[in-house]
Amino acid sequence: MIDTILFIIFAILAIVSGFNLVLQKHPISSALSLIGVMGSLAVLYLLLGAEFLAMAQMIVYGGAVMVLFVLVIMLLNAGREKGSTKSWFAQIAGLPLLLCLVALLGFLIRAILPPLRSVEFGSWVGGTAEHIGQLLFTTYLLPFEVISILILIAILGAVVLARKELD
Amino acid sequence: MNFFIVSVIKIVLVFAVFMTTLAYLQWVERKVLAHIQSRTGPLRVGPHGLMQPLADVFKLLTKEDLLPPYVNKFFYLLAPFIAVCLALISISIIPFGPEIEVGGTRTYMQISDVNVGILFILAISSVSVYGVALAGWSSNNKYSLMGALRSSAQMISYELPLTLVIVCPLLLANHLSLRAISDSQAGYYLGFIPRWSIFQMPFPQIFGFLIFMVAAFAETNRLPFDLPEAENELVAGFHTEYSSMKFACFFMSEYANMVTITCVATLLFLGGWHPLFPAPYSNWVATAVLLFIAIACFFQAMRPARKRDQYTFPFFGIGFLILAALWTVPSFQFILIPIFWFAGKVAFLLFTYIWVRGTLPRFRYDQLMHFAWTFLFPCALLNLLLTALFVAVF
Repeated sequence: MIDTILFIIFAILAIVSGFNLVLQKHPISSALSLIGVMGSLAVLYLLLGAEFLAMAQMIVYGGAVMVLFVLVIMLLNAGREKGSTKSWFAQIAGLPLLLCLVALLGFLIRAILPPLRSVEFGSWVGGTAEHIGQLLFTTYLLPFEVISILILIAILGAVVLARKELD
Repeated sequence: MNFFIVSVIKIVLVFAVFMTTLAYLQWVERKVLAHIQSRTGPLRVGPHGLMQPLADVFKLLTKEDLLPPYVNKFFYLLAPFIAVCLALISISIIPFGPEIEVGGTRTYMQISDVNVGILFILAISSVSVYGVALAGWSSNNKYSLMGALRSSAQMISYELPLTLVIVCPLLLANHLSLRAISDSQAGYYLGFIPRWSIFQMPFPQIFGFLIFMVAAFAETNRLPFDLPEAENELVAGFHTEYSSMKFACFFMSEYANMVTITCVATLLFLGGWHPLFPAPYSNWVATAVLLFIAIACFFQAMRPARKRDQYTFPFFGIGFLILAALWTVPSFQFILIPIFWFAGKVAFLLFTYIWVRGTLPRFRYDQLMHFAWTFLFPCALLNLLLTALFVAVF
């Protein structure tokens, strides 16, 4: 019961923040809305029993990535966006095309995915740190190592680029 | 329903104690700093300035609530709210003692036992940058913005060594829940060396603890790392434009962060509520300490430095005697003794915070960054590697 209420609250919050992200004119408002989306998603993960994933979502996306966004916006001191002079095509066909896209996506997802059972909150217990660690170091060992090498290369690249700037 | 009632009682208790601690921590800080600098500190409001926190709260509440015309109103009002909420929320998963049984209900001395506890703390601390960053940016003032940027950069930089060092006790404890981490440090080597993380074999975490404390000072923006509010450079940093209750929110969040991070240090490195030496002897430490304070009070009352001391000190002495007696009652001991050890360790670390503030000068900003990236980070990494190696081999 409480699970369902929480799910409804945070699902609505996620969707509203998502809309707000697009509709807001000011970059900082948009960035904060994005944090709202991340936070609501973290709560949804938590409701499904994926505690580790929820916390990782908050630390990596809610914390690290978005702090970087916000800092860059503050440093550049980006002001309010100026609305582009809307073309007549966007004004007339924008909303219908958007609805078409949503309908198409919905149809495709229903068609491709097998019929799903309804979710029971709290019935799944594979989300603890132990389970995820087990999976990462057995089943998904190769992708895990490949990604870590990829990230290492990215870090080295960032260091090289920063060095050049300094000289 | 039972769970609900017990939870409400625990929340009310923890909240009340936490708020009182925050208010009086500030009094303790002013007193200790004053004595370090050969002053007396607050003395006028109540005996030895003990009513000073109340007076301060009243002052902050009744001051005019200014809203400067040039600020970004929404974010300006949102920032202190974010700061104080995120600072207060972490205390909800801190365990203060073992499982207890009161009137037939078994419960943990903790609001809730989250099984990813330490990750929750890290998540909250990584999000709490927003309070400071938004405050500085929305104030529309270059000093505020500089303070906010410094603070954000500093918190992001020092989060790295902090997280790396937190991993080491986790490796020793094999768990993420704060309660399980603390319980893994119960017991003694050779019957007298406690199995706290800082002594624990195979690789004692003494260096880890030192790195953690340095990073914690920087994370909470305290001296010697209080660059975000360096008065001589930035007026008051990110909260220059804030007054009355909104300023109090930032003030409170700073102290709340201090308390939380010392609690985490206690749980990770100093064995939580587990006493320094084995049980039958350590049960009497609390009584002995309180008795000693009571005797010191009576002794002071006999040779008063000021005239009114001969009336105030006996009251304190009697108060401490009653407390000492409380710790000897067997039916309270199972609650009070863990709390004494936990509170004692946290109080010691908080005292260290104030002591350092009274002793060290402020770093320069480039020194601060240089220190984090070229010394603290490699040290934390080395500590992690050695710990992992020792845990894997032995």
